[in-house]
Amino acid sequence: MATLVLDDIRKSFGKTAVLHGVDLSLHSGEMLVIVGASGCGKSTLLRLVAGLEEPTSGRILIDDADVTNRDPSQRDIAMVFQNYALYPHMSVFDNMAYGLRIRKLSDAEIRRRVDEAAGLLELSHLLDRKPAQLSGGQRQRVAMGRAIVREPKLFLFDEPLSNLDATLRVTMRAEIRRLQRRMGVTSLYVTHDQVEAMTLGDRLLVLHKGVPVQLATPMEVFHRPANTYVAGFIGAPAMNLLAGKLVQGGRAVALEIGETIPFADGPRAGADGMALTIGIRPEHLRLADDGFALPVDLVEPLGSETVVIGKLESGTLLTIKLAHAHVTERVLRVRIPPEHLHVFDAASGLRLEPGT
Amino acid sequence: MERRTIFPGTWFPILLVLPQLALTAVFFLWPAGQAIWSSTTRADPFGENSFFVGLENFSDLFGDPLYIDSITRTLVFCAAVAMLSMSVALLLAVCADREIRGRGWYRVMLIWPYAVAPAMAAVLWILLMHPQVGLVGAWLNHIGIAWDYKLNDDQAMGMVIVASAWKQVSYNFIFFLAGLQSIPKAVIEAARMDGAKGWLRFRTVVLPLLMPTVFFLIVVNLVYAAFDTFGTIQALTQGGPGKATETLVVKVYRDGVVNLDIGASSAESVVLMIGVIVLTAMQFRFLGKRGEK
Ligand SMILES: Nc1ncnc2c1ncn2[C@@H]1O[C@H](COP(=O)(O)OP(=O)(O)O)[C@@H](O)[C@H]1O
Ligand SMILES: [Mg+2]
Repeated sequence: MATLVLDDIRKSFGKTAVLHGVDLSLHSGEMLVIVGASGCGKSTLLRLVAGLEEPTSGRILIDDADVTNRDPSQRDIAMVFQNYALYPHMSVFDNMAYGLRIRKLSDAEIRRRVDEAAGLLELSHLLDRKPAQLSGGQRQRVAMGRAIVREPKLFLFDEPLSNLDATLRVTMRAEIRRLQRRMGVTSLYVTHDQVEAMTLGDRLLVLHKGVPVQLATPMEVFHRPANTYVAGFIGAPAMNLLAGKLVQGGRAVALEIGETIPFADGPRAGADGMALTIGIRPEHLRLADDGFALPVDLVEPLGSETVVIGKLESGTLLTIKLAHAHVTERVLRVRIPPEHLHVFDAASGLRLEPGT
Repeated sequence: MERRTIFPGTWFPILLVLPQLALTAVFFLWPAGQAIWSSTTRADPFGENSFFVGLENFSDLFGDPLYIDSITRTLVFCAAVAMLSMSVALLLAVCADREIRGRGWYRVMLIWPYAVAPAMAAVLWILLMHPQVGLVGAWLNHIGIAWDYKLNDDQAMGMVIVASAWKQVSYNFIFFLAGLQSIPKAVIEAARMDGAKGWLRFRTVVLPLLMPTVFFLIVVNLVYAAFDTFGTIQALTQGGPGKATETLVVKVYRDGVVNLDIGASSAESVVLMIGVIVLTAMQFRFLGKRGEK
């Protein structure tokens, strides 16, 4: 159990700035997920915490001790790598025991810890195998086991599930969550998969091109995205983003697609005519006989629900998720319910709350 | 993934390998056949007639204490060259692996000895080590160390070992560097996270993963030291002083070309040939095993 604080962490590789000032504070036992598109600097951030890279500026504190310039061996952190990075020449047992032997634990203690972790991860019958003789899922478990036996202050996960098939990914996701809760080890988990992020994290940090854009609980991020990037990134299918203008003294928006919709939660500050971006999730759009016409472009049946992509005459695409399975109409009649609008300033992309 | 090009037909592929087969026949099979034939003959003292003696040359050979000495000397020489050359190359490769970017000159300097002809290399070594005019040799004598590889057996052996090892460092270096670079970075990083540093990490993670390269190079280096060092030794010491640096290849040359004992010399070269075949077979077997993985 430990706390982790990142204080204005910046990192450049030569002239390329990758991280532009990340501040972060993890409480003891918390699982924080860093989510962002590929190449946004997630792995780099994790490697800085691990001590595999040095930050260009900023400080890293574990349990209030400054570890910024410490070697990885002095940080007491365990990391699960994307490609597992098992030692190919060692048995499963030795893979897990390696870090403990280096720490000069007694053989009995090593045996005890490895056996316990192997039991938890259902690896007990594989302890003598080499990594090459394991399936992807089993290798993943060994990588987890290697981290668990260390009983470290901090777990780091770098997209540990991205090499598994879909079913296994769901099972392992639940397993990681259960183990982390049970052990109570403070964890930093990196992924580009927003479903993983939503289900695993106590809190999320959304990273966009090396800039942290929102740090909040998964529900908060989903229900009140801080800007249009987060709005479009979190949630599947992605939120519809429509252009509009502020009208009626800040009490409504006139959308470019022709609808004018009043704000259900109160007026926004700003002059009439100010450019807005309006977000509406596909599952919040309603079918209504008095709605506007949406010509159907593409139907994606998902079994229990159906995603319909419509194309308005202006060329604007609108995605709508329907609870029923059969869509036969060529044109849907759609209404935008005012209570589900997300309002953003079109210029800055930032969320606009009522009354501000 | 293996890349293969399949040429159509029967005659075209044969045509393509024909030059290589012809070269092998002219420069290897024919002389090898001759050597085997003459190893079973003995010439009269005037060298005019030769007659068949069966395996007598071979039994003479292994009854000759000088030949046994030469075998021992060759073994010591090979082991020393392989060990010295490989350890220096590994050390350099580890440094290069760490500093790989922007250090082109470092690699060029290391690969350069490989391109130097043995005779040229020997001249360089003589200019360095000659007891009177050599840069290092004269200096050693100047500071009171009696250095003369032309008189001292051990010094001569030491010098041919170092010179031979030096020439092979480049080759070993390239293989070690490639081997090091093929170790996944994440595995090394995992070891760092597990707390392994420096020599401990090298011994427990890097070296075991480098073992295929090490085995391969041991065979290559033994073959090199046993057979390819003739030029270097001949140019430096001609096998002397006395027989101090007379390895098996040098002895073949001395007995055959200098002393004109063709039968004995041929028998020696047949023994050497068997040695190469055994070592090469080991190497193929080993490489084959690696391929199956
Ligand atoms: N060692 C490095 N040298 C130069 N550029 C790097 C290095 N490591 C990462 N980068 C760059 O930093 C950016 C972020 O990389 P990374 O942190 O791996 O992204 P992510 O894990 O979010 O996909 C990428 O543009 C990548 O090219
Ligand atoms: Mg990454």
